[in-house]
Amino acid sequence: MTEVVDAGRRHFLTVATVAAGAVGAAFVAVPFLASWKPSARAKAMGAPVEVDISKLEPGAMLKVEWRGKAVYIVHRTPQMLAQLEGIVGELRDPESAESDQPEFAKGAARALKPEYLVLVGVCTHLGCAPLDKFSPGDVTVSADWQGGFFCPCHGSKFDISGRVYKNVPAPTNLPVPPYQFVTDTRILIGAEKGNA
Amino acid sequence: MLSGLTTWIDERFPLTALWKSQVSEYYAPKNMNFWYYFGSLALVVLVIQILSGLFLTMNYKPSSADAFGSVEYIMRDVEWGWLIRYIHSTGASAFFIVVYLHMFRALLYGSYQKPRELLWIFGMLIYLALMAEAFFGYLLPWGNMSYWGAQVIVSLFGAVPVVGDSLTEWIRGDFYISDVTLNRFFALHVVAIPFALVFLVIAHLMALHEVGSNNPDGVEIKKVKGPDGIPLDGIAFHPYYTVKDMVGLGVFLILFALVIFFAPTLGGYFLENANFDPANSLQTPPHIAPVWYFTPFYAILRAVPSKPLGAALMGIAVVLFVFLPWLDRGKVKSIRYRGPLFKFFLYSFAISFLALGYLGLQPPTPAYTLAARVFTVVYFAFFLLMPWYSSIDKTKPVPTRVTYHAH
Repeated sequence: MTEVVDAGRRHFLTVATVAAGAVGAAFVAVPFLASWKPSARAKAMGAPVEVDISKLEPGAMLKVEWRGKAVYIVHRTPQMLAQLEGIVGELRDPESAESDQPEFAKGAARALKPEYLVLVGVCTHLGCAPLDKFSPGDVTVSADWQGGFFCPCHGSKFDISGRVYKNVPAPTNLPVPPYQFVTDTRILIGAEKGNA
Repeated sequence: MLSGLTTWIDERFPLTALWKSQVSEYYAPKNMNFWYYFGSLALVVLVIQILSGLFLTMNYKPSSADAFGSVEYIMRDVEWGWLIRYIHSTGASAFFIVVYLHMFRALLYGSYQKPRELLWIFGMLIYLALMAEAFFGYLLPWGNMSYWGAQVIVSLFGAVPVVGDSLTEWIRGDFYISDVTLNRFFALHVVAIPFALVFLVIAHLMALHEVGSNNPDGVEIKKVKGPDGIPLDGIAFHPYYTVKDMVGLGVFLILFALVIFFAPTLGGYFLENANFDPANSLQTPPHIAPVWYFTPFYAILRAVPSKPLGAALMGIAVVLFVFLPWLDRGKVKSIRYRGPLFKFFLYSFAISFLALGYLGLQPPTPAYTLAARVFTVVYFAFFLLMPWYSSIDKTKPVPTRVTYHAH
């Protein structure tokens, strides 16, 4: 009796075994890859933060931490708010059409109450912290500076509503986080009204 | 007695056979020059890093609460801890110096050309693994520059369309660079990447010993063999090159020790000043710059006024090296027989690489940004125009034997 190896059958069995093994390996990889996602504890620690703004003077800025990011709260003066319309031509996205923010923040003031600006202080270029350079003509930025935020890392410039200027590396305006007024002097950062 | 032991081992493990095939009867070209020190030096630095790193892990604590303090503890309280840490931090920069010179040697003498394409690709994978290793390691001291450097690099992945934000969250394991991120970067730095590096180095050496070393003339010595089958222009790696490499190692170790003992931070270039402050997520250092070995690519990133395009160009600038064997249409390997066009583009590339490295360390003033844009164009021209200039260049005739003057 002669033994004949059926090459086609061997080939099929090899391919089928490898394919089944590959599917199994892909399933086993899922728990390991998923273990890299934010854990339950990390998610819990990312919960909303309540801030008292009763002592924030006009023209001053307060930094609070939410999800490890600096959130800037600025008590804007009428003079600051008055600049917002005149510089629209110099901005990349004046209507915040492409920027990351809640629905309520449309418009030049980008705020629930125009006198209180709430921004995530993380540059949309590479995540540095923009500096508050509120005085117009601040020579550390440029002689024709109108006041706003300036990122020291790569020179991105933003106006007093966090809207990005043209011809700087940052692609979009500084993000506005979800927030709500709990009372007139307390802000809850991290949750919007209605879906807190 | 000893030969008896050797025989006993050889019957169970190919000890003598390996020694002969890889070392004492591996024939390397007899005209290898100064530029050929850096391969063996890279291997030595890898060993230095693995050993010093092993001893650092014995006192280092990978948590955001303890990391910065444990590094200071190593520096002040652990016996000789400062020396072990400075060896490791200086070793990181030394690794890149040696590897950049090793890569430039390959550009000079066409060492990436046929039949050494895979050898070159393994080398490039080593370079990529080394960059990952350096990046993960740089977060571990949990200084403020560690923190913000990681912040900048991780947020680059946010430029990926659609999945960018979830991808950065997945890499960090949190909504920001946190304890979770530090812990996993530690695991990658001390387990995953070192294993990959060692494996790739073995593959690199196996490929090298299969095809044989190139040389400053770019002549294949295997084409002219003596009656004994040994290349006429080849000499045994041991003792000839082991002895030569030991001289190079001696000089290297003198320089290495000078930095460790007299200038361990090298004026802020090997250990950045801002990293002597602990990580602070609310306070960016006034000027963020990566360590010097990443600055050429960082300058390219900054030169582009669009985040996704800048990130993409930076990635391409690194990856383009892989394609050199196919971009180069030249008939000769070595710079000695190349024409003026190749020399012009190669030297322009070297200058632009150094210039971008300098600009990446500087603040982004308009004049520096303009300069970075010019040098970025030169950098890419070297690669993208190579199929053109390398094929029409006026090359010189290549000799059949290597040029060699006995001392």
